[in-house]
Amino acid sequence: MAVVTYIEAITKGLWEEMERDSSVFLLGEDIGEYGGAFKATKGFLNHFGSDRVIDTVLAESAILGAATGAALVGMKPVAEIQFADFVTSGFNQLVNNSATMHYRWNIPVPMVVRLPSGAGIHGGPFHSRNPEAWFFHQPGLKLVAPSTPYDAKGLIKSAIRDPNPVLYFEHKRLYRHIKGEVPEDDYTVEIGKGDIKREGNDISVVTYGATVHQALEAAELLEKEDGVSVEVLDLRSLMPLDKDLILDSVRKTGKLLIAHEDNITGGIGGEVAALVAEFAFENLDAPIKRIGAIDTPTPYSPTLEEFFLPNKNKIVAALRALAAF
Amino acid sequence: MATATLKKESKEEKSHRWKELGLSNAKVIDLYRQMLLIRRFEERSAQEYGKSKIGGFCHLYIGQEAVGVGAIAALRDDDYIFSAYRDHGHALARGMDPKGIMAELFGKFTGCSKGMGGSMHMFDASRGFMGGYGIVGGHVPLASGTAFGSKYLGKDSVTVCFFGEAAANQGVFHETLNLAALWKLPVVFICENNRFGMGTAVERSTAVWDIYHKASAYDMTRQWIDGMDVLEMYRVVKQAVDRARKSNEPTMLEARTYRFRGHSMSDPIHGHYRTKEEVEEQKRSDPILVFGHELLEAGILAQKTIDEMELEIKRIVAESVEFAERSPEPPADFLYENVYV
Repeated sequence: MAVVTYIEAITKGLWEEMERDSSVFLLGEDIGEYGGAFKATKGFLNHFGSDRVIDTVLAESAILGAATGAALVGMKPVAEIQFADFVTSGFNQLVNNSATMHYRWNIPVPMVVRLPSGAGIHGGPFHSRNPEAWFFHQPGLKLVAPSTPYDAKGLIKSAIRDPNPVLYFEHKRLYRHIKGEVPEDDYTVEIGKGDIKREGNDISVVTYGATVHQALEAAELLEKEDGVSVEVLDLRSLMPLDKDLILDSVRKTGKLLIAHEDNITGGIGGEVAALVAEFAFENLDAPIKRIGAIDTPTPYSPTLEEFFLPNKNKIVAALRALAAF
Repeated sequence: MATATLKKESKEEKSHRWKELGLSNAKVIDLYRQMLLIRRFEERSAQEYGKSKIGGFCHLYIGQEAVGVGAIAALRDDDYIFSAYRDHGHALARGMDPKGIMAELFGKFTGCSKGMGGSMHMFDASRGFMGGYGIVGGHVPLASGTAFGSKYLGKDSVTVCFFGEAAANQGVFHETLNLAALWKLPVVFICENNRFGMGTAVERSTAVWDIYHKASAYDMTRQWIDGMDVLEMYRVVKQAVDRARKSNEPTMLEARTYRFRGHSMSDPIHGHYRTKEEVEEQKRSDPILVFGHELLEAGILAQKTIDEMELEIKRIVAESVEFAERSPEPPADFLYENVYV
């Protein structure tokens, strides 16, 4: 198996699906000649041509609306929003149009929106967001957020093949910092299924995206220094949420830490906490704890950004507090 | 601003104008019939709304019938249509079953959207009727998507997108026109300028009152049409559709029209934003009345035929109401059925 970076895994998945199905096409700002702001689609224009790799105008409503319309007539568009933050300009298209087509008319909308998201790259307030919670609240959309190259490739392929609109949150900080083994052959990762990235018996950490890696480091440290066994559950898919996997893990460990990079209030962690409180309350040996970015916009200052974001040390502290119960 | 007025043409010229368009007598009589069906269907809808059989929001097309009927008559069966929130007329003009439309208004399971949408959500993919949409201007970019799909798939279907003059102030309208011009998409944008975005007159909402001029920013072929004249609508839309089909050239049309009823069912026909006199004056251009006269004078339609047509339409509309009345409510478990594929 080849070892590739997270972004290379996304690229491979896109490439294979483009080869596999001629109704798949890419559109977005600077994805063709420029190769994408993060170079995810470098080389695509030469290979697939300008009919299928389309540099769009800088207009997110037009991009997402055109993608939705094309999906209505059987195309499989993959739209890149250059930075996930910019999706705000096309919000209406996703939540009112794409998300409700099938509900209203029983017509599938097989489209994917790629959303490079996340902080930790000193992008400041408008280039660091984790906007998944805005869409988590909208029935009709599916949301995925891979943390590893394996999941990144498997999920982009599943997203493209899914008949529903799928929002694909790819974390910018992982692009070139995370490598992993990825099979050369055709495989998919099922949307709606989480993954136990590390088994453990004492505390469950439910997490996704870049925070998975911090949780894994924290779990190693706790094992070594405290002898506490921490399970790390990577949601991978935010909608649908793998409720059974979450509940099974908490029923086993009796303690839950939820960690995500999005800020705490109104974040997806709140829904996970409610789920566990409602259906596994009697299994809990300690209060549910949550870790996330603090409730402010994302600061540019690298020093403050570090303070703002969750990290290994914060997760370690929270785990130790839970272990003490 | 120049509002739609009657063409001052001689009787002789008028009696020949559909021939020049290649339309048979039977076809123009059918256009008249379609407008009449829309009018009577919606008058009945208003009554049913008054009886609380129809709830929520309901926007009537009364006064604007010539726009939809003339434009849609210029399309092929494999063309696509997007409508906005005033969509009953477009749906009927596209040949959708009045029963399914009335049942949707009643919120019944037999409605064309199974009662999940209501007045603003008529839809029939089998007729290329890609729906009504309730967010002003929000549907406009979808038209560029279907047009792109047609071009990509090598089909020569054309997409027509209806919207009001208020929608032309939305940013996404401009984004889409730019995209359509840049990508050379087979799409025709039809702005139905009925002069009021709800209660705000175009002069109070829009810096450029001639809406079609907005397309000049994208170097797009553009013109205004007398939207009270069904044959003018047919003639100009046909040209635009042919151009789109042949050379993938988009067009922006502004149909100048007028709505005779309130914005929705909850506001009066006239009042604070327009006078009774203005509405009465505009009603002299009633597209059905004027076209009916033209056909009568040309001798291809008799009053007796109109009377028979009225009776037949009355029956069709009554049957649609009976159908809606009899139809079941959507079952509660259907709520979850179509959220995802």
